[in-house]
Amino acid sequence: MNPIISAKNVTFAYPAYEGETTQTVLDDVSVDIHPGEFVAVLGHNGSGKSTLAKHFNAILLPSGGTVWVAGIDTRVEDRIYDIRQTVGMVFQNPDNQLVATIVEEDVAFALENLGVPPAEIRTRVDDALRSVGMYEYREHSPHQLSGGQKQRVAIAGVIAMRPRCIVLDEPTAMLDPMGRVEVLSTIRDLNREHGITVVLITHYMDEAARCDRVVVVDSGKLLLDGTPREVFSHVTVLKEVGLDVPQVTELAYELRKAGCRIPDDIIFEEECVDAVAALLEGSHVDH
Amino acid sequence: MLKDITIGQYFPGKSVLHRLDPRVKILLTFLYIVILFAATNPIGLLVGIVFLFVAYGVSRVPPRMILKSLKPVVPIIIFTTILNMFFIEGEALWHWGFLTITREGLVTAVIMSVRIICLIAGTSLLTYTTSPIALTDGLERLMGPLKKLHFPVHELAMMMTIALRFIPTLIEETDKIMSAQKARGADMESGGLMQRARALVPVLIPLFVSAFRRADELALAMECRCYRGGEGRTRMKQLHMGGADAVCALFSLLCLAGVIAINLYAPALL
Amino acid sequence: MSIIKTEHLTYVYSPDTPYRKTAVSDVNLEIGEGDMVGVIGHTGSGKSTLIQHFNGLLRPTEGKIYVGGEDMWQNPKEIRRFRFQVGLVFQYPEYQLFEDTVYKDISFGPRNMGLSEEEIDRRVRHAAAFVGLKEKHLQKSPFELSGGQKRRVAIAGVIAMSPRVLILDEPTAGLDPKGREMILGQIREYHEQEKNTVLLVSHSMEDVAKYAKTALVMNQGRVFMYAPVEEVFSHAAELTELGLSVPQVSRVFLTLAGRGYPVSSNVFTVEQAKRELLRALAEGGKQNA
Repeated sequence: MNPIISAKNVTFAYPAYEGETTQTVLDDVSVDIHPGEFVAVLGHNGSGKSTLAKHFNAILLPSGGTVWVAGIDTRVEDRIYDIRQTVGMVFQNPDNQLVATIVEEDVAFALENLGVPPAEIRTRVDDALRSVGMYEYREHSPHQLSGGQKQRVAIAGVIAMRPRCIVLDEPTAMLDPMGRVEVLSTIRDLNREHGITVVLITHYMDEAARCDRVVVVDSGKLLLDGTPREVFSHVTVLKEVGLDVPQVTELAYELRKAGCRIPDDIIFEEECVDAVAALLEGSHVDH
Repeated sequence: MLKDITIGQYFPGKSVLHRLDPRVKILLTFLYIVILFAATNPIGLLVGIVFLFVAYGVSRVPPRMILKSLKPVVPIIIFTTILNMFFIEGEALWHWGFLTITREGLVTAVIMSVRIICLIAGTSLLTYTTSPIALTDGLERLMGPLKKLHFPVHELAMMMTIALRFIPTLIEETDKIMSAQKARGADMESGGLMQRARALVPVLIPLFVSAFRRADELALAMECRCYRGGEGRTRMKQLHMGGADAVCALFSLLCLAGVIAINLYAPALL
Repeated sequence: MSIIKTEHLTYVYSPDTPYRKTAVSDVNLEIGEGDMVGVIGHTGSGKSTLIQHFNGLLRPTEGKIYVGGEDMWQNPKEIRRFRFQVGLVFQYPEYQLFEDTVYKDISFGPRNMGLSEEEIDRRVRHAAAFVGLKEKHLQKSPFELSGGQKRRVAIAGVIAMSPRVLILDEPTAGLDPKGREMILGQIREYHEQEKNTVLLVSHSMEDVAKYAKTALVMNQGRVFMYAPVEEVFSHAAELTELGLSVPQVSRVFLTLAGRGYPVSSNVFTVEQAKRELLRALAEGGKQNA
């Protein structure tokens, strides 16, 4: 299948102010996102991961190289609304992306902009609200909602466009643990039940561990790209660029360093429990 | 604290008045103002008062809300009453030193105060029964024809919607910044006017910076959701004028006609 | 000796309205001088309301607060005096910066205290050093700095007031792992060098386990637990029930202990986990031998 997003040799630099040198944010990045995938993009603050994401729906245009969305070059100006309907985008601060004073009005915003007939807007808004579990709150005002709920409304506002892919730029960074769980399970549902491709930008490792694929960006370059298992096995590399690995991965890594025989590709709790249990059973003790 | 401020005066309900088309409600409010000023004698004004009571009765908005809406205009009412009572010439009723109350003055004073009270209570009913968003919507569509004159109707309505959306957010933020600066020892409660104004700088600057940041992010989010101005936009909620709207409009027009008739045929009742 | 003490502290938001809500209810606490307390609880547990009482931003509806043995609200006019003793760093404190240079912003607090210029200068530099700000940063505009740096400027602004108690509300919210570790490390260093009392409000039990000595768990406006960290975290199962996010390794050890393996269930950091496992393995090894 053709990739839904394809970035080839993308370079991006903010134009230089007087007396300053240009700041290269992305440096020759090539990456393909395939339909149905759930991809995490990891990187510390300032690594260029958000800049990369903004290329995926023509918010930013590459200084060099090309980005195609569903086969359309993002530089083609008169296809911009096709691109933005194909790849929807959700941002970090839920407060700053809701436009209307009523939840359902907000979810309808994109469809109204696109000139969709009223009756169809209604159905699509209701569907979108149901798929994020916020249908009962359709007549609430955003400021009555919790952070996690607001973020789900923001997601519904994007889903209502029926995009093939959504890009979420640190959607849980400002939420409390409960809000994080809510939003993540919503995103996972959209991927599994509705087949929407997801690009999740994050610096929470446990979120990344549950994805199909992890892409690590550092200093504007693609550092690692693979399954969570592959990527998280590079414990030292990740730590060097200011990232973590899931606690269980780190524990296994530390135990290996201490001479225990434990697999080096543990990323889930259950695996860790089993591996440690096996160690404790004595069969692998080196002492 | 600031958090206690409620925005708008909307009093949620399901009455006929709540469900009327906001455009009709705005027009009827204008019509009501016309009725009040057309009524030049007490009987005509009585029609205006009855109209008001019927409207409040139908809306199920508690009558104490009338008093609440009148509170801010009490000084104006007192001022006009005094002005009319003492300074209109005519048949003297009461005399003390240089003060004289005339019959004509008294009548005008009563008519004027009743008029102001009805005016405020009547227009308040519009905001009590119409949510800010419906009001904005109604105004946008009523002003639609002005678009032909290149008047930025959609933009203004969009600005109003966003303002309504962000007022609670910014109030909360102001509260938070004030607390944060107080925690750093800022003194906002004492000193003269100048000192207090200066004490606001540490609150206002962060508030502006944050408002700009929010505006920036919101603009980006709107772009991502294909916003491109009012051109070619549809609306999920269509406004429909139905039977209830027609009945209300008819009732109001009858009242107006009644007031005019009273003016013509019973001018000498005073 | 307790630095902060509360007696039957209760706070009600919007009393006499339909929105009336009791945020904190009958809290009796004593916080020891020089302690490092981790405050945990989920959103709405009352922890933010509670800490705002400690520096007099909120006045209790009922009950009393003592700071350094003095009744805080005995003379409400003098409340600012207590604000200088208990410094409070809010969540996302970088949004309160307003001066045109970092130096001026950090000096805002000390200046409000009415200190001499020399003393202000000394304190600004001292505080800046704690949060790792360099001389070259001091004359910059705070708005030119990165997010993490801005946050450290804001924290320095409170440290510069040399409060006897420093309270930080979610100081690492929204930061990446590196930024998180940096700020928490600097706070620990500050605590160790100045021997001040520090209250660290956090969603992360891992951070509290790593950095605090005592843990205060709030739930539904009440104190759920208040004891040394090890003791509080030995009730991991109950904490999970409160909806607090328990670190991954803790869940692993809870499961292991539940399956009957001879490991402690009070493990919260990778470091503890490693030590505990190596111990269990060594003991198991001895038994086998």
